This record gives sequence, C-alpha cells and structure tokens, in this order.
Amino acid sequence: MASTTEQAASTTRPAAPSSTARRAVTLRLWRGDADGGRFVDYEVPALEGEVVLDVVHRIQATSAPDLAVRWNCKAGKCGSCSAEINGKPRLMCMTRMSTLPQDEPITVSPMRTFPVIRDLVTDVSYNFTVAAAIPAFSPGPREADGTYRMAQVDVDRSQEFRKCIECFLCQNVCHVIRDHEDNKAHYAGPRFLIRLAELEMHPLDNLDRRRYISEQMGVGLCNITKCCTEVCPEGIHITDNGIIPLKERVVDARYDPVAWLGRKLLGRKAPQSAAEVAAVAPLWRNGAAKHGSAASKDA
Amino acid sequence: MAELERHDVDVLIIGAGGSGLRAAIEASATGARTAVVCKSLLGKAHTVMAEGGVAAALGNVWSEDNWKVHFRDTMRGGKLLNNWRMAQLHAQEAPDRVLELEEWGALFDRTPDGLILQRDFGGHRYARLAHVGDRTGLELLRTVQQRSVSLGVEVFMECKIVRLLHGPSGEVNGAVGLWRESGRFVVFSAKAVVLASGGVGKTWKFTSNSWESTGDGHALALWAGADLIDMEFVQFHPTGMVWPPSARGILVTEGVRGDGGVLRNSEGRRFMFDYIPDFYAKETADSEAEADQWYENKRDFRRPPELLPRDEVARSINSEVKAGRGSPHGGVFLDIASRRSAEDIKRRLPSMYHQFKELADVDITAEPMEVGPTCHYIMGGVRVDGDTAASTVAGLYACGEVAGGMHGANRLGGNSLSDLLVFGRRAGRYAAEHALGITGATVVDEAQVDAVCNEALGYFDGSGENPYAVHQDLQETMQALVGIIRTESELVEAKERLGDFSERAGTVSVEGHRQFNPGWHLALDLQSMLAVANCTTRSAIERKESRGGHTRDDYRESDPDHFGKINMVSRLRDGVVEVSESPLPTMPAELQALFEEGH
Ligand SMILES: Cc1cc2nc3c(=O)[nH]c(=O)nc-3n(C[C@H](O)[C@H](O)[C@H](O)COP(=O)(O)OP(=O)(O)OC[C@H]3O[C@@H](n4cnc5c(N)ncnc54)[C@H](O)[C@@H]3O)c2cc1C
Ligand code: SF4
Ligand code: SF4
Ligand code: FES
Repeated sequence: MASTTEQAASTTRPAAPSSTARRAVTLRLWRGDADGGRFVDYEVPALEGEVVLDVVHRIQATSAPDLAVRWNCKAGKCGSCSAEINGKPRLMCMTRMSTLPQDEPITVSPMRTFPVIRDLVTDVSYNFTVAAAIPAFSPGPREADGTYRMAQVDVDRSQEFRKCIECFLCQNVCHVIRDHEDNKAHYAGPRFLIRLAELEMHPLDNLDRRRYISEQMGVGLCNITKCCTEVCPEGIHITDNGIIPLKERVVDARYDPVAWLGRKLLGRKAPQSAAEVAAVAPLWRNGAAKHGSAASKDA
Repeated sequence: MAELERHDVDVLIIGAGGSGLRAAIEASATGARTAVVCKSLLGKAHTVMAEGGVAAALGNVWSEDNWKVHFRDTMRGGKLLNNWRMAQLHAQEAPDRVLELEEWGALFDRTPDGLILQRDFGGHRYARLAHVGDRTGLELLRTVQQRSVSLGVEVFMECKIVRLLHGPSGEVNGAVGLWRESGRFVVFSAKAVVLASGGVGKTWKFTSNSWESTGDGHALALWAGADLIDMEFVQFHPTGMVWPPSARGILVTEGVRGDGGVLRNSEGRRFMFDYIPDFYAKETADSEAEADQWYENKRDFRRPPELLPRDEVARSINSEVKAGRGSPHGGVFLDIASRRSAEDIKRRLPSMYHQFKELADVDITAEPMEVGPTCHYIMGGVRVDGDTAASTVAGLYACGEVAGGMHGANRLGGNSLSDLLVFGRRAGRYAAEHALGITGATVVDEAQVDAVCNEALGYFDGSGENPYAVHQDLQETMQALVGIIRTESELVEAKERLGDFSERAGTVSVEGHRQFNPGWHLALDLQSMLAVANCTTRSAIERKESRGGHTRDDYRESDPDHFGKINMVSRLRDGVVEVSESPLPTMPAELQALFEEGH
C-alpha cells in the first residue's frame, strides 16, 4: 500500500529510505480541479524498471482510486499521458523512474497551458478547435494507371511531421499561448503549424493556404525560441524543418499578388475568417466543454 | 432522470478507431446524421498503436500478388474457420481502401518507382503490407480522423456507452452514455447503431492492448440479445516485451521478423525449424540457408519458419520456455542486431528502437530483444452478415475487432487494419441505409434509461472490494486458466471462479465523486470484461480440439470432421450465457478450388 501525506508542496519530506528497508519513492502529485488544488505526497516501494506512469497507476490501484489521469498505450505512441514531471513537460509512460533523482519527491503536475479538469487531466479542447479550422488536404488527380506516384525523398519531410502523436507538449511549452491566454484565439501553436507545413509540403496537395496561415493561424507570432522542438517526444524538428520554412513560404505568398489572383479564379480558396471556419468546422463535444465546471459532485 | 442530456441521430457509431471513423465517413457521406462516441480523446484509440502495416494485394512489390492469393492466405491462416464471404470481400476491396487513404492525405513509404511500398509478414505469401516505418496505425488513424473532421462528423469524446436501448420488437434504437469528465449521463436515440469498439485484451494480465480494450462492444451486443461467435479464439502475439516487468506485454511488431529478425533460444539455436507443422511444411524453408535467401528471392525459396502464422510461433516459444531453454526473464531472444545494419534497423523500425531504448535500456541494433507471448487480439465477436455487417439484432451493426468471423481461428498480421477499412465502410453504408429507410421519430423507453442510470450509480453505494483488486484477480485467473494452452479441468475451474467474480464485481465500492473517476469507470468496464471472460471460457470448454488461437492440451489435434465445420455461438438467455454449435457457412466451389491448385 502507498502511504499518503497531504501537504503543501515543498514542506516536510517523507522519511528517507533506510538501507535495510525496501527502497521507496515519493511522488508528489497535484490533486484538484478547476476550483483549485494542492500537491499530495504518495510514498510507494520502488520497483525495477518502472516508468512514472506505472507508479501513478500503482497509487491509483492502492490508495487513490479516483486519481484522474489520461493514458492509453503505455508505449509513447498515443500521446495521452502528457504532464509536467519535476517541472519538465514529458510523457509519463516514457519517463523511467531511474532517470529521476530518487532522494527527493518527484513532482507530477498537469500541463499548465490548458485548464485543469481534475488532477492530471486537462481540457485540451483548444487543440481540437484549431485542428477543425485547418483547410483540408486537397489532392490533384491520379495518374493514368489509377495510382499516385511520389518519390520517397519527396515525402520524407511531410512524413516527419506525420509522426506527431498529438501529445500537445509543444503547445504546452509555447510561450505564445502559455503566458498569453488571449493568443489562443488567433494562434495555431507549433503542433498545428507543422500540420500546415505538412500539407504545404505534401507532394499531392494543391491548395494554397499561405495567406490563411499568416492571417488566421498566426505564424508570425512564433519567434523561434525552439522550446517546442526541445520537448517533442517524437524528435520532430518543429522549428527548423517546419515553422521556419513555413514562415518563408508565407512571406513569398504575400508578395505574389498574381499567384493569389490565379488561385482565387481557380476557386481554390481557403476559409478567410473565423466565421467561415466555424461554418465548416464540426462540433466537438466532451464532458468538460459542456459540463466541466458545473459537474455534480454528489454520487 | 428528467433533465438528461439527449441527442437524436440516424447512425450512432460506438468507437473512434480505424473502423469507427471509416464507418462515420461513409455514413455521413450518405447524408445520414452521424455521431461517433469514444472513451478517450479523438485520435487516441487503440488503432494508433498498430505498427507493422495494412495488408492489401496491391502487387506493387510482387506483381504475382492478387486478391485470390490474399484470400487463400487469410483462410489458411484462419484454419478455414473464417466466414468465407468476409474473407473474400476483404481481399477484393482492401487495395481500393488503401489507395483511398492516399487520396485523403496518407503518406505510405514508397517503392523506388514511387508506389506504396509493401513488407513481408507472417502467413502472407508475398510482401503485402503497406506501411509507414513501424507506425502504420498512427498514419491510418490520423488520416481517417482528419477526413472525418473535414466532413464535419460530430464526435462525443471521453464518453462511455454503458448500455444499448431497444424498441418494442427488440430492435436497437439508442444508447445510454456516461461523460467521463462530468460523470453525467447522456441519452442517444438512433435508428441504427454501429459497434466499432475494438478488443478485449484487458481481460488478461499480459496484453499489448490499451485500457480501452475491455470488450464493451462484445458485452453491449450480448446484452442486447445479439449472437457472438468464436469467442474461444484469442490471439496471443508471439512477441511481446517480457522485461522490465512493468513493460511486460507491450508489443514488438512482427515487422522485426518480416525485416529479417530471427528467434533463438538460450542455446543460440533458431528453434523455429523444430516446429514446422505439416500443414505449412510445403511452403516453409527447412534450413537456415534457404530461409535467408527468401527475403530477396521469393520465387525460388521458401519462407523462414519465424514467419509462420502467429499461433504457431506463440506455441513454439511457449514450448521452448517450458523446456528450460528460455531467456533470463522467461522469454526467448529476438535477434535483428546480428542480421541487419544499425542504420537499416533504425530506419525500418524506428519506434521499436525507441521503445527498447527508453523502456528496457536495450539497444536493438547491438543486442537481441527478449520476447514472449502477449494477449493481442480476439478473432471472435459479434456475428455479422458478411456483406452488410448487420448483427442478428435489427438496427445493430458491428465492424473492426468487435466483429467476428473474418479471421476464423487466427488472424494474420496486417489483416486487421485492412478489415477496419473494408468493413468499417460497409457497416457505415448499410447502417445509414437502414436508418434512412425508417420514417418517424425514434422514441426510447424511459424505463430502460432509468434502470441503466440507477445501476451505474449503484456502485457508489457498494460495500465490497476495490474494483482494481477485482480486475487484477480476474486478469490473473484468465491468464492462468484460459491462456495459450488450455485444458478441461482448468477451464472448468475458471468457469466456477467466474461465478464468484460476478458477485465480487457487482458489489465493488467506488470512492470519490462522479467527476473523472477512473475507479467508477473500471467498475463499469469490469462488467464487460466478465461477459467476455464467460463467453470465452464457455466456448473454450465446448471446442474439444486445437485450432488456431485455441489450443487444448487434452485435444491436441484439429477435428476437421466436426469442429472444423462449426462456429461456437454465445448468446444471453435469461441472464445466462448459453453456448451452442452452428454450422459454418459453406464456401462456393469456385473459391474452394483455390485451395486445390497446390500452391
Ligand atoms: C500494439 C499493436 C500493434 C498492432 N499492429 C497491427 C498491425 O500492424 N496491423 C494490423 O492489421 N493490426 C495490428 N494490430 C491490431 C489492430 O490495431 C486492432 O485490431 C485495430 O486497431 C482495432 O481497431 P478498431 O477500430 O476495431 O478499434 P479500436 O482502435 O480499438 O478502437 C475502439 C474504439 O472504441 C471506443 N470504445 C470502446 N468501448 C466503448 C464504449 N463503451 N463507449 C464508447 N466508446 C467505446 C474506444 O474509445 C475506441 O475509440 C495491432 C494491435 C496492437 C495492440
Ligand atoms: S519556436 Fe515558436 S512555436 Fe515553438 S515554442 Fe517558440 S514560439 Fe512557440
Ligand atoms: S509535434 Fe511533437 S510535441 Fe507537438 S504534439 Fe506532436 S508529438 Fe507532441
Ligand atoms: S500512454 Fe500513450 S503516450 Fe503515454
């Protein structure tokens, strides 16, 4: 069983493991909801080879059955288990306990950029709203033999961006939205800037989104701090390979009125305003968006 | 329950994996009002974890390949117990479904002449799996996800369907869901419901499956009065991680073997040569020299035994470990380091490289992996019509892993992703057709709604055990008694224990409140897992032969004359699971002939 001490963060530490006793680790988990919360220490025996998510699960199975946490694959493939571990944005399932200092409590808190729903679970609906506003892939016709032919070298770059597991850690660290909530209304964030880069660099796509990217998706707000690239668990070169080339393309588009006119005449026009986007965007619903704060707490 | 949230739709799709989203794309294209419900966030469904590829006879690498060869491989892999019509449609339609993904933005790896590259997998005669490195499921799911979003499909995320609702003549006409985040109920009225809820792996202890795979769709169908078939056929994938303990069960893609990896025991022997069954002897290499040439020349050489169908490989590993020739942590060695260059391994299997590096501190380009069987996939599921995906209950459809029949007694790798696309599309189309043919409003029965809500809330008054403890025990029991190798006495013991489990699961106590409470969700999921455990155990007792994913220590041979000609059907009658035999549909002569051409 895990032992629990409720306390404000950074007060007393649990007893240091003695050399005779089985080694123990302490996880300092943020517990709470939209109305506020606190850190709670859980001490559990250390087991060989565990990742942070394993320890969180053990705490859940023994002393905190209602501890809210998202996860699916436990193998770094689904991007569900994002959190801030000792202040660093990471996937809980890919962070081995042995890589963290064990002689002090390991802090696990929810991603800060998104509103907390409960414990480690945050409301990431902002990301789904942005995703819905991206003008869809729009391919040209097939070859005469019914296929699409593309060389591997021409798809390498877009494939790099398609490795994204939508963990939203890059969105979480990007200061444009982390420190300025109101920017969320007109900034796509690194995850979706590389999605746009992917479409722009896709050999089959022939929709021009450049003006839309600069005017609606706010690519200009990124000032290339590269914090996003540093946290990406997939090792995607978000800034160097995605955002910087995107910025360059957008600049080209602005000064090419003839091309812009041509695209308009061809009818390949991206949505121009938030209202137009809303008209085509689907409805995203989840409990948080509809009921989060009003949730009933009676059983 | 007067102020419940309500939604009225034509087609309600339960599940946002590959099959559910493919169904949604199709249903919404017909103009039907379509909604998708899923337990996790959109884009996180189990499909995202699929690694190796999607099987389709595109013939890009081996022009000899065509649907007939794929059909034959699938049926042979399934030990001829497959629903032949599903296997036929699957083989015929998979290429178009894969090409369609490209039209929606998917970027598969390419051949030198710019076409979709295909890789080798167990049981497939030719390199047939379209893939993107070892993250094919992510590519597939993202593609149908982005397509659904662009079409404006409505998605209800983090909402668990607890029960289906039925109309006066037993037809399914809606469902009750639970918002995970708020703990509130939501009622859907629907003219047709498509189950696309995936698998059951969480019922066993060591599994490659995510927490979502609790057999909800299997249970929902059973409770709604539908037939399930072949529930005894559970696939244990031969290569899951065995160490460290917390990573046990996590999948190691078959792509490792497809790309040249070999299995060795503690003596360094490639032991698969010792386990080639007669059924596959003609097409399997019997020396290392021959096996190694096959990767480059499939015309003149036979395939390595490491690429036998999964059931064969899993059983062989099991035998080696039992005989004391296992690896230090109770598995065997999977070696690609000595066979391919570090550069090749990192390019072809990037996520395997990453997974072992991060989780086990093993560099797979320098040392062998330790692997052993892990519960991976259920062949059994909802009995459906091959063409329309309709279940035996009006208004209820099923596709993807929750549907039964397509894979017979054993599924070939890569055939699931293609199954999701082929039958997701069909389910979406025929469910929408059914829904659009019904005029008038759908009226759900409020008494049923009340009963479902009250039952679900009842767990907060429970005085029994912690649901996690009951779940853990159930997993141990199924692993120990209804695992890879089965025997009558153990199965009967499991059946008896399952009786106790239903009592324990019915009285678990849930702490805390309704908002995002995983303990409560687990209490509800436990009911589904128990339903699955019952069907699997009961069917496994009745099938007194060994075939594919069902191996009986007390009946080691296949019985072609009796059990080879029947499906085992599970039904709920008066609250009790009943198991009965039903004749397998017979294959038409022209398809039968494909098996006599002596490949
Ligand atoms: C690690 C791994 C690798 C694999 N690799 C391959 C491969 O290379 N090739 C291949 O062909 N196959 C592979 N498979 C198998 C394949 O991935 C799965 O069989 C397939 O993805 C299942 O898809 P699905 O659409 O049926 O369901 P899933 O993708 O499992 O999705 C199920 C959906 O149903 C929802 N759901 C479930 N219950 C409820 C409920 N009660 N209420 C609401 N929603 C619910 C879930 O939230 C989820 O959205 C692999 C499997 C694993 C585990
Ligand atoms: S580089 Fe741009 S997108 Fe990335 S974190 Fe910095 S500002 Fe944000
Ligand atoms: S780009 Fe990287 S960090 Fe950002 S969401 Fe995708 S995987 Fe996560
Ligand atoms: S659980 Fe899927 S990435 Fe961590």
